[in-house]
Amino acid sequence: MTVESTAARKPRRSTKRVSAAKKPQSSEPQLVQLLTPEGERVEHPEYEIDLTPDELRGLYRDMVLTRRFDAEATALQRQGELGLWASLLGQEAAQIGSGRALRDDDYVFPTYREHGVAWCRGVDPTNLLGMFRGVNHGGWDPTTNNFHLYTIVIGSQTLHATGYAMGVAKDGADSAVIAYFGDGASSQGDVAESFTFSAVYNAPVVFFCQNNQWAISEPTERQTRVPLYQRAQGFGFPGVRVDGNDVLACLAVTRSALERARRGEGPTLIEAFTYRMGAHTTSDDPTKYRHDDERVAWEAKDPILRLRTYLQNEGHADEAYFTALDEESDQLAKRVREAVRAMPDPDHMAIFDNVYADGHALVDEERAQFAAYQASFAEEGN
Amino acid sequence: MAVQKLPLAKALNESLRKALDTDPKVLIMGEDVGKLGGVFRVTDGLQKDFGEDRVIDTPLAESGIVGTAIGLALRGYRPVVEIQFDGFVFPAYDQIVTQLAKMHARALGKIKMPVVIRIPYGGGIGAVEHHSESPEALFAHVPGLKVISPSNSSDAYWMLQQAIQSDDPVIFFEPKRRYWDKSDVDVEAIPGPLHKARVAQVGSDITLAAYGPMVKVCVEAAAAAAEEGKSVEVLDLRSMSPIDFDTIQTSVEKTGRLIVVHEAPVFYGSGAEIAARITERCFYHLEAPVLRVGGYHAPYPPARLEEEYLPGLDRVLDAVDRSLAY
Ligand SMILES: Cc1ncc(C[n+]2csc(CCOP(=O)(O)OP(=O)(O)O)c2C)c(N)n1
Repeated sequence: MTVESTAARKPRRSTKRVSAAKKPQSSEPQLVQLLTPEGERVEHPEYEIDLTPDELRGLYRDMVLTRRFDAEATALQRQGELGLWASLLGQEAAQIGSGRALRDDDYVFPTYREHGVAWCRGVDPTNLLGMFRGVNHGGWDPTTNNFHLYTIVIGSQTLHATGYAMGVAKDGADSAVIAYFGDGASSQGDVAESFTFSAVYNAPVVFFCQNNQWAISEPTERQTRVPLYQRAQGFGFPGVRVDGNDVLACLAVTRSALERARRGEGPTLIEAFTYRMGAHTTSDDPTKYRHDDERVAWEAKDPILRLRTYLQNEGHADEAYFTALDEESDQLAKRVREAVRAMPDPDHMAIFDNVYADGHALVDEERAQFAAYQASFAEEGN
Repeated sequence: MAVQKLPLAKALNESLRKALDTDPKVLIMGEDVGKLGGVFRVTDGLQKDFGEDRVIDTPLAESGIVGTAIGLALRGYRPVVEIQFDGFVFPAYDQIVTQLAKMHARALGKIKMPVVIRIPYGGGIGAVEHHSESPEALFAHVPGLKVISPSNSSDAYWMLQQAIQSDDPVIFFEPKRRYWDKSDVDVEAIPGPLHKARVAQVGSDITLAAYGPMVKVCVEAAAAAAEEGKSVEVLDLRSMSPIDFDTIQTSVEKTGRLIVVHEAPVFYGSGAEIAARITERCFYHLEAPVLRVGGYHAPYPPARLEEEYLPGLDRVLDAVDRSLAY
């Protein structure tokens, strides 16, 4: 099933209600696009971008390395090294485009799939794997790269982003904040509340919704009757739909929304229209709920291929470049593989670490009991 | 003058004022906390003096209030959030339990969550549904949260200061039916440790352990029992997470008897936790099983029935008699 046919799957309205409506909503509004699936550069009146060949190659490299990292993580899960993996396959342009629009002092609130954004923030990819291997629940210092911990409860982080952005505004800083979430998460109350708060406090936050068409097995039309980006209007801020497989458009649109936030003009909702090429996670079986031809149709819009075509057509990269990048990808995969295999299980006593910042009598008591219990085995072993 | 006689609500107000004054990172957030000063006037006058940027009227969205407070804490602020009534904290329960409580641990201790959530709780004011509940056990059960409740003005003043200074999330339960009770506050005192229980009344025959609104009832019960020649010790626990078991143990080793009193339903309540732990610690000192007095396993009743539902003097004294009869 192609995505164009999703309109046909929408629940039918009665004739009466359709005639009452002023104009039937188009379910396929114009996407902001700067690079077509065929790799042709096109113009958009509102969004322009001018990148050097070096910068274009940089975006390409980011996408390729992220995809390779993701593939390696999927393989590691299959080999039993990770308990679970949430693949970003197909969403590289949305993540690298938006991620590269950020300044160092901006702050990112991701879900559990933002491996490409993490890459742009300089987070060591092996850091992302701890929670999927089961050695921690996050495990990095969010303040090092201004990249918050992954959030599993869908939608929660949009409120954290909004509050953080309210703080940025209070500080008189001109940084911006970006919150990532999915089309499924858009149904959560927290997302609606974050829209309300950010609008009424004019918070410098960008909501970046990756509409990858599916929330596990539920299609976007199970979440909304209007195109997602149009939600923003009801909250009083702009919404824009961008081709989520076009890294240039994602960069341009996010940059513009971040600048708007920095100027003190408040939030923007970006809907990156994209596709999750793989399973929801390694535990998921998408054959149960979607057809292969849908994926095939989206493969023709692959974010990496189209930039590659463009780079080649413009003469910005030659075969030697692509070969070297393949080599770099393999090196990255090797490093990740080795790091994961070497990742130690946490010390038993870590259960009691950092439950409280200021300590807690019960935790102290139970830690001591647990230590004594553990020690009793050591004694038996002697 | 350092010592003033203040209603509990006013002591909280002074405490918030001092916190706003001393630390520019402290923020007050909630529904109606600004111009109105909160439905119980606990934040009265604070917005006028500290501005809308520090004392923030929020949209009517509890998850939003706590969720954005988490974000503000991540940015270095110390939000003090007001939930208007006990029964309205549940839309925020997700943010409190899945996010606020765990953030510090998930970041391996690299970030702190200095958020205080103030909740007027408990019954006895003749309110409508969702305005009289005692959900403290639901929070005390969650690792990462601290749960406290003052019973008098001095504790209200000092415990709130200490909660705001804490780098951990604190659920601060305010006994709403004690808001108007006056007692001494020494604003120059050096407060004791936040989680230490207080002996509210010295006695030798039996120990009553209570917190928040029930402390007063227990002290009155002790006075009534004294007329019958019974010497009742009353502990004000002050903190439900952690619980100062050492102080309870010391008292029970002396009296040999313990009754835990709270407004919340007895079933799975904090009394169950205390009974279990004290039985473990004081098995050979106990002369009677630990008894519990509290609410029933039923929705908080309509106002005309709340006197039947809430533990009062008679039910506490009845439990004292039952314990002493062993
Ligand atoms: C509150 C909550 N409910 C359910 C889940 C289980 N769950 C995890 S991801 C997911 C689908 C999310 O879909 P979407 O927001 O579109 O993001 P995507 O995974 O497609 O990137 C669900 C239902 C959850 N994590 N949190």
